[in-house]
Amino acid sequence: MTSPHASADGPGSKEPTSDRPADPIAAVPVRYPERWVAAGVVLVLAAMFVNMLITNPAFNWPFMFEHMFSDPVVNGVWVTLSATVLSMIIGIVLGVILAVMRLSGNPVLVSVAWLYTWFFRGVPRLVLAVLFGNIAILYATIQIGLPFDNYWMPMLGLEGDARFFEIDVRTLLSGYMAGLLALALSEGAYMAEIIRAGLQSVNKGQSEAAQALGMSRGKIMRRITLPQAMRVVIPPTGNETIAMLKDTALLAYVPVTIELFYQLQAIGTRTYQIFPMLVAACLWYLAITSVLMVGQYFIERRFSRSERGVKDRIVGGRH
Amino acid sequence: MTEENHIPVGEGAVETADAPPTDALVVAEDVRKNFGRLEVLKGIDLEVRRGEVMCVVGPSGSGKSTFLRCINHLEKLTAGRLWVNGELMGYRQKRGRLYELRDSEISAQRSDIGMVFQQFNLFPHLTVLGNVIEAPLQVKRVPKAKATELAMELLERVGLPDKANAYPEQLSGGQQQRVAIARALAMEPSLMLFDEPTSALDPELVGEVLDVMRDLARGGMTMVVVTHEMGFAREVGDSLIFMDDGVVVETGAPSEVLSNPRHERTRAFLSKVI
Repeated sequence: MTSPHASADGPGSKEPTSDRPADPIAAVPVRYPERWVAAGVVLVLAAMFVNMLITNPAFNWPFMFEHMFSDPVVNGVWVTLSATVLSMIIGIVLGVILAVMRLSGNPVLVSVAWLYTWFFRGVPRLVLAVLFGNIAILYATIQIGLPFDNYWMPMLGLEGDARFFEIDVRTLLSGYMAGLLALALSEGAYMAEIIRAGLQSVNKGQSEAAQALGMSRGKIMRRITLPQAMRVVIPPTGNETIAMLKDTALLAYVPVTIELFYQLQAIGTRTYQIFPMLVAACLWYLAITSVLMVGQYFIERRFSRSERGVKDRIVGGRH
Repeated sequence: MTEENHIPVGEGAVETADAPPTDALVVAEDVRKNFGRLEVLKGIDLEVRRGEVMCVVGPSGSGKSTFLRCINHLEKLTAGRLWVNGELMGYRQKRGRLYELRDSEISAQRSDIGMVFQQFNLFPHLTVLGNVIEAPLQVKRVPKAKATELAMELLERVGLPDKANAYPEQLSGGQQQRVAIARALAMEPSLMLFDEPTSALDPELVGEVLDVMRDLARGGMTMVVVTHEMGFAREVGDSLIFMDDGVVVETGAPSEVLSNPRHERTRAFLSKVI
């Protein structure tokens, strides 16, 4: 720099100073002693907690680990997983149907969907589970046939009935089926709201453009609206799946005797080692939800990205 | 779609013949549209001949976009009749009564009318090629190879053959709008509607879209263009209508209307935009 203005600390300097070496700021940082105090307190509390876990005999860790992986418990884990998967599948299908009904504009369908959601969101899942477990009180058998035959057959002067076959409800709705139905129907109500929000998040211009191209309503839903709604629908569906896994514990009250929580409790009461088995339940549910949360992390990362990020990867993958 | 589920038909209207009064491609007869109590269109009568490029100008809120959307029945008329290609849009007339067409029948009518929107409305989850072949595959059931071939031809025409595998978000506004034009053309429509196609574009991108539209007009496509581009209207348009407050105020050859507006409202509007 030959310019007289280029002096390093001259306040009037106009020349760019990029060719001078950087002069890093060396200032004393602000200290935060209260952070250290808070961290110390928390660490002491944590140490006390760990100490209690180790020394309190009520935990009885050896007993817990011995029974945590016994056959009925591991079988219970499978029952829990299958109930989660099945109730979520049924719930999502129901949710799509209810959401489409809700947005259909047909007043009957709209009201029915609204009533459904109102009922299943308003009744606690535990109550639903017990209710469905006792549904055989209401119907001893389920008969398949034409509706209201007891009224119209006599009117037409016909005898007998229009029922083609019947099933014993206790066979059809064994404990597992009844509990599964309770969870799935309840999930349908929540999924309906999630899917409805997803469908409504898609810009109206999308369906208009598709209409203008001559696409039918069904095609627009399947090809244009639903795929775009997925971006909004998938992250909360992950949350619902994790919540559902935990709610399968409610099946114990249907009762579903082969279910994980029921089995753990049964061992606990049989052996008077109640607390270790409750801890085992916590550990099992934590382990499975952790796996699900890892899956959810990747799914959310995939779907919450900007449109462009996702597409870049898709385009890149086709090279 | 809209709040109206039926078309209040005056007793006199019932006697209208099923066929349009002329053989023009678009015939509008006393087209009216209300949104609730708001009268947006107060009786539009016009004809668009085959091969004609009609530009529609007017202040915002004058009803020009609503009229365009009435042409392909995205909006239901409150009263009046509208024919495209000899077909009454949205209804069937039988023994003096109007019957609403089914969803599938309306879709069939729409598939012959291309539309380009101000906001492009490309499908973001599909590639450029996917956007262009979607309707031919789904609506016309054209075999994929054939649809792709036509799509590539169209992308060539709008100058974007190398963007076939890109996604809409990766394109500039001008490129997106050109894809939207290709998408509409893929249905091989006999009429193209343009709803302010350049209004959402950065100024330097307007030209590329107008160029594509100019080529289209030269190729003999019938077009109805709602626009603020007076230069385009003057150069490419065969006719120009000026709308204000739900009525057609003035109509004529673009150069004439733009240079010698006869009505005070036209003059006032043009003095603001030119």
